Amino acid sequence: MADKKTPVLETKHLGIDFGGLTAVDEFNIEVEHGEIKGLIGPNGAGKTTIFNLLTKVYKPSRGMILLDGTDTQGMTPEKVNRAGIARTFQNIRLFDKLTVEENVKIGLHNHINYSSIEGVLRLPRYWSEEKKAHEKALELLDIFEMSDMAGDVAGSLPYGAQRRLEIVRALATEPKLLLLDEPAAGMNPSETEELMNNIRKIRDEFGIAIMLIEHDMKLVMGICENIVVVNFGKIIAKGTPAEIQSNDDVIEAYLGKRKG
Amino acid sequence: MKKLDKNAKTAFLNYGLVAVFFVAVEIMMATGVMTNSFKGQLIPIISYVIMALALNLVVGISGELSLGHAGFMSVGAFTGVIVASSLQDSIGASPLRLLIAILAGALTAAIAGIVIGIPVLRLGGDYLAIVTLAFGEIIKNVMNCMYVGVDSKGLHMSLMDANSLGMEPTGRMILNGPMGATGIKKISGFIAGIILLLIVLVIIQNLVGSRTGRAIKAIRDNRIAAEASGLNVTKYRLIAFVTSAAIAGSAGVLYALNYSTVAPKKFDFNTSILVLVFVVLGGIGNMTGAMIAAAVLTVLPEMLRQFQDYRMLVYAIVLIVVMIATNNEKVKALFAKKEKGEAKANG
Ligand SMILES: Nc1ncnc2c1ncn2[C@@H]1O[C@H](COP(=O)(O)OP(=O)(O)OP(=O)(O)O)[C@@H](O)[C@H]1O
Ligand SMILES: [Mg+2]
Repeated sequence: MADKKTPVLETKHLGIDFGGLTAVDEFNIEVEHGEIKGLIGPNGAGKTTIFNLLTKVYKPSRGMILLDGTDTQGMTPEKVNRAGIARTFQNIRLFDKLTVEENVKIGLHNHINYSSIEGVLRLPRYWSEEKKAHEKALELLDIFEMSDMAGDVAGSLPYGAQRRLEIVRALATEPKLLLLDEPAAGMNPSETEELMNNIRKIRDEFGIAIMLIEHDMKLVMGICENIVVVNFGKIIAKGTPAEIQSNDDVIEAYLGKRKG
Repeated sequence: MKKLDKNAKTAFLNYGLVAVFFVAVEIMMATGVMTNSFKGQLIPIISYVIMALALNLVVGISGELSLGHAGFMSVGAFTGVIVASSLQDSIGASPLRLLIAILAGALTAAIAGIVIGIPVLRLGGDYLAIVTLAFGEIIKNVMNCMYVGVDSKGLHMSLMDANSLGMEPTGRMILNGPMGATGIKKISGFIAGIILLLIVLVIIQNLVGSRTGRAIKAIRDNRIAAEASGLNVTKYRLIAFVTSAAIAGSAGVLYALNYSTVAPKKFDFNTSILVLVFVVLGGIGNMTGAMIAAAVLTVLPEMLRQFQDYRMLVYAIVLIVVMIATNNEKVKALFAKKEKGEAKANG
């Protein structure tokens, strides 16, 4: 593994075109180990597209993505996850018919060690590994106080709980970098407040880097150490929350619009 | 652990169902109330129940559509017939011959499943339905012009006609083109069928209840999220499909070795659709439902033979009633309530 000074994520000249539309261009960032970074910008700015590039849902048209110093070129979404990037989705993607616990166990999948044959024959390793996975899943669900919902079908959960479950599932894959796409969307202020605390707790306890897209400025300014602002697919500002709040370009492109 | 208990409960319900069926048939045989026509239906019932379980693994658990599962049944059936026939003189014990034939049939069907599955399941869309549809037709046509015979020199094979096999006069035909397999020694039996069914149930239920089955269901529910969670999507789709193909092959062997002749056209598109109907009527993904639907719809046409004129009418009505009962939330809730009420009244 690369030394601590290597950023967990580094992008160089990253970009993608959809037909004639350049959705992302010249996207250069560095995310340090253990950092909480915000990715903000107006609707349609290209934020989700950036996550899709990082996780290989889309193939970049140009540029480079380095994960812990290793080029991820040619990796599939599956490989990128195994290499250490986990994510949630803006439009929630749970395994609807599986239970809450099973959803988390899918996150744990690559850390559960028994073969299909051992599973069919119910050999000792099946029992011990499943028991371990069960305990680990409940432990992870406890971060959001969701372990009492373990047996519920994921598709039947309220919206906020679905968003939290997605975070738990992503966390279960043991990432180095967690990408959260609008984690507070649809949550009320008290839920958002609690989410903020939990995101910080996850970073502290797991020591991972978190990059989050969010429109809720209170949350972004409250927990992000650094913020990247994009507009029309290009970075228009980088800096600490204080710097971003006083940046004229940002105010014009983004915050200005909000103020009216 | 609550969830595990629920899975275990349905699993035991399914084993129990098979046990009840077995005991009921044994009692009917012992007391002599078993009619000849029903007796003749026992192996087909078990074969179709196994087919329904196999297809449910693909359609219900993996969420793909296969329109050619009879093709795997066919591959298994004729492999089984060839193996059983050629071992006729060397292995005397028919249960052992049946076992080897079933294993061979499952293996060749699995290979067919791999050959189809590897290229198709790597693709994202719903190509499986089209390719399996073609596969079923191709297998039927290939078997229609397949001639196989055995003599003292061993197996002979041809895709032309019986004469081109160049067999010794003492040789014996095993497959005879469109006429299919003739002169099969019937070595399938009711008990062998029940054992095979139980083994298939154990394999499928344990697979579905394991890490592998969880991955297969997750991919069904949301492929993109499954990939993002680090699952090898192609691998798990392939495991489900090939397991299903192998099981369908074993059902084919059991089925074929219960008749003295079996023609390739038995395993055509209609059979594939019939099995799909079992799965859909049973409530997609519901193993208990698939088994009951397969059993009921296999015996029903025979049982209704005495009401010649109304047969198809009654068949259609039963189909509709089953469909409503298995797929309608309100009816399901009603049954659930009634069961609870009865349980209370009894207890
Ligand atoms: N697969 C695609 N094909 C074509 N255009 C796309 C595709 N994905 C995204 N885009 C376009 O790229 C641009 C950026 O979209 P993106 O979803 O990344 O925005 P966003 O910043 O996440 O917006 P929001 O805040 O509304 O979620 C939009 O103009 C969108 O229409
Ligand atoms: Mg977005």
